[in-house]
Amino acid sequence: MSRLQSVETGQISPIFGKLRWDSIPFSEPLPLVAAGLVGAVVLATLGWAWKRGYMPYLWKEWITSVDHKKIGIMYCAMAAVMLLRGFSDALLMRSQQAIAYNSPGYLPPEHYDQIFSAHGTIMIFFVAMPFMIGLMNFVLPLQLGIRDVAFPTLNSVSFWLTAAGALLVNVSLVVGEFAKTGWVVYPPLSELRFSPGVGVDYYLWALQISGVGTLLSGVNLVTTILKMRAPGMGYTRMPMFCWTSLATNLLIVAAFPILTATLAMLTLDRYLGFHFFTNEAGGNQMMFVNLIWAWGHPEVYILILPAFGIFSEVVSTFSGKPLFGYRSMILATMVICLLSFMVWLHHFFTMGAGADVNGFFGITTMIIAVPTGVKVFNWLFTMYGGRIRFTTPMLWSIGFMVTFVIGGMTGVLLAVPPADFVLHNSVFLVAHFHNVIIGGVLFGAFAGTTYWWPKAFGFTLDETWGKRAFWFWITGFYLAFMPLYVLGLMGMTRRLQHYDVPGWQPWLIAAGGGALLILCGIACQIRMIWVSIRNREHLVDASGDPWDGRTLEWITSSPPPAFNFAALPHVEGEEAYWDIKSSARDRRQLSDLPDYDHFEMPRNSPTGIVTAFFATAMGFALVWHIWWLVILGFLGAWATFVVFAWRDEAEYQVTAEEAEAIDRDRREAKARLLDIPMERPA
Amino acid sequence: MLAAPLLVLHGCSSGILDPAGPVAAGNKTVLVNALIIMLGIVVPTILATLAFAWWFRAGNARAKFRPDFTYSGKIELLVWSVPALVIIFLAGLTWTSSHALAPEKPLESRVRPVTVQVIALDWKWLFIYPEQGIATVNRLVVPVGTPINFRITSGTVMNSFFVPQLGSQIYAMSGMDSKLHLQADRPGRYRGLSAHYSGEHFADMTFFVDAVPPAAFQRWAASAHGQGPVLDGPTFLRLAEADSLAQPVTFRAVMPRLYDRIVANGGAPVRETAKSGRESKH
Repeated sequence: MSRLQSVETGQISPIFGKLRWDSIPFSEPLPLVAAGLVGAVVLATLGWAWKRGYMPYLWKEWITSVDHKKIGIMYCAMAAVMLLRGFSDALLMRSQQAIAYNSPGYLPPEHYDQIFSAHGTIMIFFVAMPFMIGLMNFVLPLQLGIRDVAFPTLNSVSFWLTAAGALLVNVSLVVGEFAKTGWVVYPPLSELRFSPGVGVDYYLWALQISGVGTLLSGVNLVTTILKMRAPGMGYTRMPMFCWTSLATNLLIVAAFPILTATLAMLTLDRYLGFHFFTNEAGGNQMMFVNLIWAWGHPEVYILILPAFGIFSEVVSTFSGKPLFGYRSMILATMVICLLSFMVWLHHFFTMGAGADVNGFFGITTMIIAVPTGVKVFNWLFTMYGGRIRFTTPMLWSIGFMVTFVIGGMTGVLLAVPPADFVLHNSVFLVAHFHNVIIGGVLFGAFAGTTYWWPKAFGFTLDETWGKRAFWFWITGFYLAFMPLYVLGLMGMTRRLQHYDVPGWQPWLIAAGGGALLILCGIACQIRMIWVSIRNREHLVDASGDPWDGRTLEWITSSPPPAFNFAALPHVEGEEAYWDIKSSARDRRQLSDLPDYDHFEMPRNSPTGIVTAFFATAMGFALVWHIWWLVILGFLGAWATFVVFAWRDEAEYQVTAEEAEAIDRDRREAKARLLDIPMERPA
Repeated sequence: MLAAPLLVLHGCSSGILDPAGPVAAGNKTVLVNALIIMLGIVVPTILATLAFAWWFRAGNARAKFRPDFTYSGKIELLVWSVPALVIIFLAGLTWTSSHALAPEKPLESRVRPVTVQVIALDWKWLFIYPEQGIATVNRLVVPVGTPINFRITSGTVMNSFFVPQLGSQIYAMSGMDSKLHLQADRPGRYRGLSAHYSGEHFADMTFFVDAVPPAAFQRWAASAHGQGPVLDGPTFLRLAEADSLAQPVTFRAVMPRLYDRIVANGGAPVRETAKSGRESKH
């Protein structure tokens, strides 16, 4: 049936909206079985937690927690779970393309098209973003030497709204369908006329809800970095990760409102018959493409900059040297931050803007390669003259440096308009952005997770399984994506459900083999976590400083107390903890006992999860046009906010004695670490 | 008549590294030049990464430990200026090649160009030859050595008109009248496709370009007048609404200004053309 005639004529029920029994795709076993499996695992986990009496613990210590460390861990855990979902989509696509030469394969277009749209959406919004935001959440206050972020409850709301978006995307697997438009939903394909189903609506509301969370998180972290550093920590004494996080969160604050507005316009088109981007009535599809990339290009730097920060910390720590060219690195970071807003047009040179415009944006794009190159060279010179320890985080970092320069090179190649005219939308492009996102963002997330894991849980991760995972991932990556570069040069475009060129198939089979190697890498990572939890007694990090670290997160114990620092550290140089540690080593004496004082910490609050509950209900209702539930969800979320605003007690007090008692243990551990005689308790 | 091009069908899988025309050759030259320039800096960087990591490993007693080597003005000057020089060089290449290979720029040639109007439809391509007064679906016949002036629009969602071996692609967008200039220099059959995802049967949106000698092109155009239906309003609507076609179709005549009407209607089905009579260019 042609899509001109396929506009829905179904009745809209006042109670169930467009939702009907046959909205559930009973005829497609794959999503139902997958969703059933996921549902069974979730229910079993909850049932197990209930039976063992862990529910109150989960509620009190995690779900309602406003502790930045726990929120950060939950962000990363969600990203890891969604990585499994996004990666299973990738396996489906690779296997489909491996067999679909002159054959329909096993995934019909309406299913395949949802899979690649969901893969992109999930990997960007619900894997890469939460991974980076989670690590920033966990690490920033510790590195800055403070007790929490600026707005702890807001932080919890941010997390739960992101989780609500992720939930909506997964609900679309069972109830209705997901978008079949690609992950940036270009109109007019995403307009009601061409996509009358609920798929695009799921995309829109999932992203709007999680986008609010991301924006709030950006505001929160920018405020934290600008206003809440430990005494003495000037801007040019902040660790590199704090600088790249500052750049990232500034970009979030500047760019995410563009996404919100763009998606809102598309929503108005779809829900209220507006014509922002339609074919008819003066709509302009090119406006959408400009706007989505005005957000979309800064977005890739939002993802990569925190990873650059992680690599800076890891390379410096495991080379046993300060970061080379620290101020130069700050400058490079901020230049990237600014330039990232001036290159968006390179995503559509082929729209025909003309030679002057294309040439200009090609050149601005290339200029970003300069500060990026500076960063690579400074990591290189950080290693020069170092004593490099090849731990798992360091392996990820070296793997990143080698892989990322290849991805950067193909990126600059795509920035040359005449080259882009033949490579645009090809699988060469697909190879390029996986090259920088896997080799950059994901390797960064893995390096960061292994690096900060002992800080979060008090024991290090198993090195053997971690290194196995690294080798599987990196060989799998090259085997999966180098063939795509070749296929792009052979003229293969992206998002093909089947093809008729015999020469492509061997390369696609090889790429499928690469995906299987990555699967082995993921299996090793799961095994690594399992083995490490089992051996946590042996892997325990008693000193709080397992890597001979240089920044303030390593001065406190592992895991840190809820308030991070009993007394805020005084910063006197670029490497706050290294300076304190060196001086203690030289003097053979710990720093003087601080004056402990009482202080206040924020109370836990269910505001985040309750708001997200109502937001999910509202999002689901908006997708299905269940208007009473939309109103109810909105009022519920608003009421939650009002209740929170009228709370009587926002904080609890930690007394000087409690702080001192906890800090005494920490000081003893540090004395043992540095082999300094214990001090007598005062 | 077209048996000869059919024989080279097997050459179709060769992509952008096997250019068959001046534009594609230009694209390839720019691509290869830019790649070589960058390899000059990327390969040493990769080797240095591996070499530094290996030499300065913790267990190597011969490597000198220099924990205070954290800043060097000379090195900073070098690491900023070397990438900057490479980028300045590439920027020059980008600016000149963007202008030399601008898709909207007509090709310089003494041969009179042939105009083809391209309309992306739901999962097929309609090619109108306004000078010859004929049209085809999913098969483009062009004379070799002759510049082809493409005008590109869409009667549906966004697509991208792309023949890898002929070079540059340009988006097909409703309401837009985009220009693209290509030329085939050697006879053959080249694979064409949509390079922008457009929905359910996107994978089937391929077509063939048969590049034939000019005389053969004239004979083909003349014979096309004698066969197939007339492309008028109702026929266009039926064509636009059909999902896909098993076989390429040739139309012996085309309603005047059909392309302009499709552009003016912003890709909405040109329903009023149904009432405008059954004219043809004859």
